[in-house]
Amino acid sequence: MTVATAPEPFPSGAEVQPRRHPGSEPATRPRRSLLKYLGLTPFALYVVLFLGIPTALAVFTGFLTEEGQFTVANILGMFDPLVLRTFASSFWISAVTAVVGAVVGALVCYAMLGTRSEGTLRTVIDSASSVLAQFGGVMLAFAFVATIGSQGLVTVLLKDTFNVNIFENGIWLYQVPGLLLPYIYFQVPLMIITFMPALQGLKVQWAEANATLGGSRFTYWTRIAAPVLAPSFFGSLLLLFANSFSSYATAAALISQGAQIVPLQIRGALISETVLGRENMAGALALGMIVVMVVVMWGYSVLQSRTSRWQR
Amino acid sequence: MTTTTQHQAPLAPTTGATVTLAGVIKDYSGQRALNGIDLSIAPGEFIALLGPSGCGKTTALRALSGLERIDGGSIQIDGVDVAETPVNRRDIGMVFQSYSLFPHMTSVQNVEFGLRMRKVPAEQRRSRALEALEMVGLSDKGERFAHQLSGGQQQRVALARALVTRPRVLLLDEPLSALDAKVRVQLRDEIRRIQTDLGITTLFVTHDQEEALAVADRVAVMREGRIEQIGTPEELYLRPSTAFVANFVGLSNRIDAQVVGGMVEFHGERMPLLGADQPDGPVTAFIRPEDVVFAGSGIPATVVASSFLGSLRRTQVRFADDTVISVQHEVASHPQAGESIFVRFTPKPVSAGPRG
Amino acid sequence: MKRSLSTATQIGAEPSTRSRWIILGIVGAIFAIPILSSLHFTFSAGLGGGYTLDHWTGLFAPDASRTYRNLFTGIGNSLVLAVVTVVIMLVILLPTMILVQLQFPRLRRTLEFICIIPITVPAIVLVVGLAPVYSVVVKVFGGSVWTLAFAYGITVLPYAYRAIQSNLDSVDVITLSEAARSLGAGWLSTVWNALLPNLRRGILAASFIAVAVVLGEFTIASLLNRKNLQTALLEVSQSDPYVAVIFSLLALGLAFFLLLLIGRLGSTDRKRSSS
Repeated sequence: MTVATAPEPFPSGAEVQPRRHPGSEPATRPRRSLLKYLGLTPFALYVVLFLGIPTALAVFTGFLTEEGQFTVANILGMFDPLVLRTFASSFWISAVTAVVGAVVGALVCYAMLGTRSEGTLRTVIDSASSVLAQFGGVMLAFAFVATIGSQGLVTVLLKDTFNVNIFENGIWLYQVPGLLLPYIYFQVPLMIITFMPALQGLKVQWAEANATLGGSRFTYWTRIAAPVLAPSFFGSLLLLFANSFSSYATAAALISQGAQIVPLQIRGALISETVLGRENMAGALALGMIVVMVVVMWGYSVLQSRTSRWQR
Repeated sequence: MTTTTQHQAPLAPTTGATVTLAGVIKDYSGQRALNGIDLSIAPGEFIALLGPSGCGKTTALRALSGLERIDGGSIQIDGVDVAETPVNRRDIGMVFQSYSLFPHMTSVQNVEFGLRMRKVPAEQRRSRALEALEMVGLSDKGERFAHQLSGGQQQRVALARALVTRPRVLLLDEPLSALDAKVRVQLRDEIRRIQTDLGITTLFVTHDQEEALAVADRVAVMREGRIEQIGTPEELYLRPSTAFVANFVGLSNRIDAQVVGGMVEFHGERMPLLGADQPDGPVTAFIRPEDVVFAGSGIPATVVASSFLGSLRRTQVRFADDTVISVQHEVASHPQAGESIFVRFTPKPVSAGPRG
Repeated sequence: MKRSLSTATQIGAEPSTRSRWIILGIVGAIFAIPILSSLHFTFSAGLGGGYTLDHWTGLFAPDASRTYRNLFTGIGNSLVLAVVTVVIMLVILLPTMILVQLQFPRLRRTLEFICIIPITVPAIVLVVGLAPVYSVVVKVFGGSVWTLAFAYGITVLPYAYRAIQSNLDSVDVITLSEAARSLGAGWLSTVWNALLPNLRRGILAASFIAVAVVLGEFTIASLLNRKNLQTALLEVSQSDPYVAVIFSLLALGLAFFLLLLIGRLGSTDRKRSSS
């Protein structure tokens, strides 16, 4: 999954004011209100068919055998050391890329403080970030092969100019460590998109008040800016973690065979029936992923609502 | 501590500093925001900077605080030039228009902040902060956060925070502009009372002339980067030195009049000219509504409308040449729309400026 | 030395110009490397070394459409999918959002929550449950690739929702519709004449983002065995990596251009409204 813009689970800041609404008269016109509700059905139907049912299927097929009987065998299969290892790899990749992406992204946002919001610098960086955050996995894989593949520009440069062979201990680009750099490539732009509003929300009056009260740049950043930004920073970090954990395309393009991380594990279960000998394994894995995602996104939404409370 | 009145002054008075701005100049990308500001503030004095938006009053205040650098002239506090002194060493207290409380800290923590920067030990810090909160009447709101306080309460906390370190100078940048009308009046009186009790030199920026006249010892009216006139509220109101000041301070009727032989003449009424002599010719004159009276004879006019303002009335009348002016008078007389009456002007000197 | 720093930098509200450009310069350079490497790759002549324009000119060769047939099919499919997805969004999501904003204010949170679910249920998870659904879809609509748009409409929900909702929030549609109705307009006329013109910004932004997302989608197409731009790119990269990289760069450029346009739209709208 790559996210071009940063979603917020709950409306921040302006609350919807209670208002009277055109057509919300008391039930003196039953025909009219029925029509209103009818207007909601296309969307409801669409969402149920293509989101509700697939999600339910994804969650519950893990509990069924091939014949359709209830079983926990698939779920237990997730605790197989091999599967646990893939979850661990997924966690590790997600955590590392989330932290690196968050720190570098925050630095870039800091560097953009004070620039005009409609100015060239800002719009270029915004557009570039939106694009790179969405830079499809396949295309990103190609770019990295061209960069640090065995004949990649950087690989060759390092070998010829500095005598450094980055693949001395084997080519790692097509294994789990090889995912780190490409993932960071879309994590940093995502952080920029997600975190910039928070940094913008720092009121200049706080820095000015800090100065008039005798504080220095250091005290401003440690005592005021950092605590205020913390919920948003960690929220964005969680979003980056979720993004990385659920990402499939880049890994699929770089690692054509094998199931080193959970999404690839799902690929294996869907495509070849012999991976773990259980067809509905994909469902169990999907359930595992959803559990992780729900926990992480819940944490994200909690931190986001914390942010909106302060930065009104 | 017993409280018989609403507020006491638990903080000991400080000796206010002398502030001098001399020929201060400030340029902003090609535009001259401050064009030679000269201002001397005596210790403990309360000066208001008044003017329309863009006149440079906030720039002047921020230059004094150090948040803006000046491009010419000098700023001295207690005789010491502070141009090279950074903001956090000027020992000033500042209250901003809005949003200045640190959102993640309680009121008490906000107020303590300046003391913390000065390395005051924790217990003393807390007790002084609580004293300051009591001074502004918020001793029971110490544990509240900014978003749990009303606008007026937030500004009070901001005031306590600025004053707790007993700075030499207090700067207020339109502190009441974002508040409701009633709160505004209440809070400005409190600010004035606290300032008088503490004796701290104060500079107050506002665009509301009523506010400036109500609280300040002296008011400086600014326009386009210069001070047009500085004086007590009475001086500015009764003896404005330029047409701009006459029009800006207090309500004025603008009429097309003539200067004839050093007197201002309008439809037979003649008043002395205030300020510098002017050559004969057409001018725009400024007459206060309270200087226009109904009489048995004088300039004929028709009543347009009358507004009841509680303790007085203001009636609009139209002359034959379609000029409409406001007359301020006691509540008892109640002219009706369409009535024909006569008005006269009191013989007080009036300001006049070029037409248009 | 302190004299040369602006007051904003001194108080910590902004970084100094030097820090700003050091950070942006380093990060910018690092992020340019993969793109430059890709560009370099498209001009290189293979293991023997040297450079050539053949890979680029090969695209315009007379038999190019035959050689790269799969690739062009994939591109065509993706374009069709993009159009259908935008249509789905405009016909199903947009009216629902307007309806909720006008008539069902209490459902707003629910709608927002629903549109955020696709983030928590990513494509790789969704596709596990989509396979059985699509076996039914194929029976009803046939097996052509455009039916994938049904799934894509779901994946773009979070972005489209956000783009349209921020427009809805900035324009008081309730007052507008009340004004139109009081002047005698029927509901259809109100929506068409009073509301939609003011929602142009959000609609366009949502459409552009939807196009960008659809063009970049790989997971669902691949695991449901359909051919779109990304799956075709992966396939072609086995035989002709140069073309694959060229098209990746072109897609990147197109997406950048599209999103720059959105940004421009947003700012001109604001400029116009402030004059």
